[in-house]
Amino acid sequence: MALTKVIKSVFITLLAVFSLTLVRANNAEHTSKKPHAEKEFNVGEMIMHHIKDAHEWHLWGGHHNSTSIYLPIILLDGGLKTFSSELFYHGKSVEVIDPITNETTDYVVGKGAASNYAMFHEKIYKLHNGELKFVDGHPHNVKPLDFSITKNVLSLFIGAVLILILMGIVARFYKKNGPVAPKGLAKYLEVLIVMVRDDVAKANIGHKYKKYVPYLLTIFFFIFINNLLGLIPFLPGGANLTGNISVTLFLAVATLVVTLASSNKNYWSHIFATPGVPWPVLIILIPIELVGIFTKPFALMVRLFANMTAGHIIVLALISIIFINQNIAWGGLSVPMALFISVLELLVAFLQGFLFAMLSALFIGAAVEEAHH
Amino acid sequence: MDLITPDLGLLFWTGLVFCILLFILTKFIWKPILTAVNTREQKITEALELAEKTKAEMKTMQAENQNLLKEARAERDAIVKDAKETATKMVEDAKKSAKLEAEKIAEAARMTVAAERNAAIADLKNQVATFSIEIAEKIVRADLASDEKQKALAEKMAGDINLN
Repeated sequence: MALTKVIKSVFITLLAVFSLTLVRANNAEHTSKKPHAEKEFNVGEMIMHHIKDAHEWHLWGGHHNSTSIYLPIILLDGGLKTFSSELFYHGKSVEVIDPITNETTDYVVGKGAASNYAMFHEKIYKLHNGELKFVDGHPHNVKPLDFSITKNVLSLFIGAVLILILMGIVARFYKKNGPVAPKGLAKYLEVLIVMVRDDVAKANIGHKYKKYVPYLLTIFFFIFINNLLGLIPFLPGGANLTGNISVTLFLAVATLVVTLASSNKNYWSHIFATPGVPWPVLIILIPIELVGIFTKPFALMVRLFANMTAGHIIVLALISIIFINQNIAWGGLSVPMALFISVLELLVAFLQGFLFAMLSALFIGAAVEEAHH
Repeated sequence: MDLITPDLGLLFWTGLVFCILLFILTKFIWKPILTAVNTREQKITEALELAEKTKAEMKTMQAENQNLLKEARAERDAIVKDAKETATKMVEDAKKSAKLEAEKIAEAARMTVAAERNAAIADLKNQVATFSIEIAEKIVRADLASDEKQKALAEKMAGDINLN
């Protein structure tokens, strides 16, 4: 048994090394023929591009022969204006030279219905005299209100539909079969639902937990499912939705609103007149407590944003090792590492959803707690 | 800086989608799931309690059965003992009465035998007497059948008298 295992692993290692050297030779031949016509690979730019929102959903291919889904652009600029983002991506490119750093960047002026607007780093600006005015490397033009269905918005829709389908199946199972032992999908999701109910809601809120279970379940599954979608590198995943500050901001504000809406007298008395504290100390304590109301959800917002964005950045950076060195043999190093981080991210995807729900429950629990002295 | 600046559009869509999701999930999905799970949990708890109770009941029943068995055994023993006593007594009584009866019968038999014997003796005496008389009569008749014999007898008698 052990001997065959050793032989097997030795054989596989030899095979891997052999194939790598083969690829290396192949690759060297390949690159030597090709002239350096393409723009130099910029890791930072590529990563930033991937973790930020976009008006297209890139599928495959590079630069001029890429295939993308062009998403609709919806602007509120003296009336509703809708057109396809193709008008930007196939628009006229204008080069700008930064006067300080001497770096060249470019923005695109839209075609047709989009001819009054320009897009710079996926942000839409209104043209002023047919161009963008740059100050310190940033355009100073007016930004119309942008309610476009961006990559993140589409991912949000996909995530929401996915949650509804998954949970719909579970709900249908119980509607059809009554309170029986779970089977199929219900068996797997019920564990999570019961975990949120018992370990998150009941454990942190106390006897009034029932009212908050639906909110906590929604927030947990919203984050968890969208985190997982973000880990899939192609459609329907790949958008860094839960690593976007707008999304985490909304979720944090939602928790803050729920906390404040359910706060009782005891909660406020702990802020304005902490029991057992002399009044001169209260002068210092009240501002701290007031700030504390907002720092808690702020931490929620930053935690989720930073965790998910960092995960995406690490995976992208590890994959970039291959492209920085212009040699596929580096895949032998970068792929296992990226795989390891991806598996870790699976854990993080769950953990962040759980943590967000857990801390939300903790804050709500503090707000509904009755005085017991 | 771009990375940490919230985007109004995405904020709006997130809010909209999350609120709709919260509404639909709460109303149509979490409610039936949680109700079913809670009901099932309650059922399980009840079933477990029932099992525990039944177990306890079984135990008391078992104890009761044991007691009952013990009592029954004691009763059986008592009955058997009683029966034995009764039987012994009956046998004894029967023996006694049989003895008595036997004695009685023996006595009666003895008495009958004695009576019979007495009667037989009496009868025999009578018959012997009758026979004696008849014999005597026959002898007398034979003795007196002829004149010579009458004369001889008379003479003999007279001789006897003379001799006296």
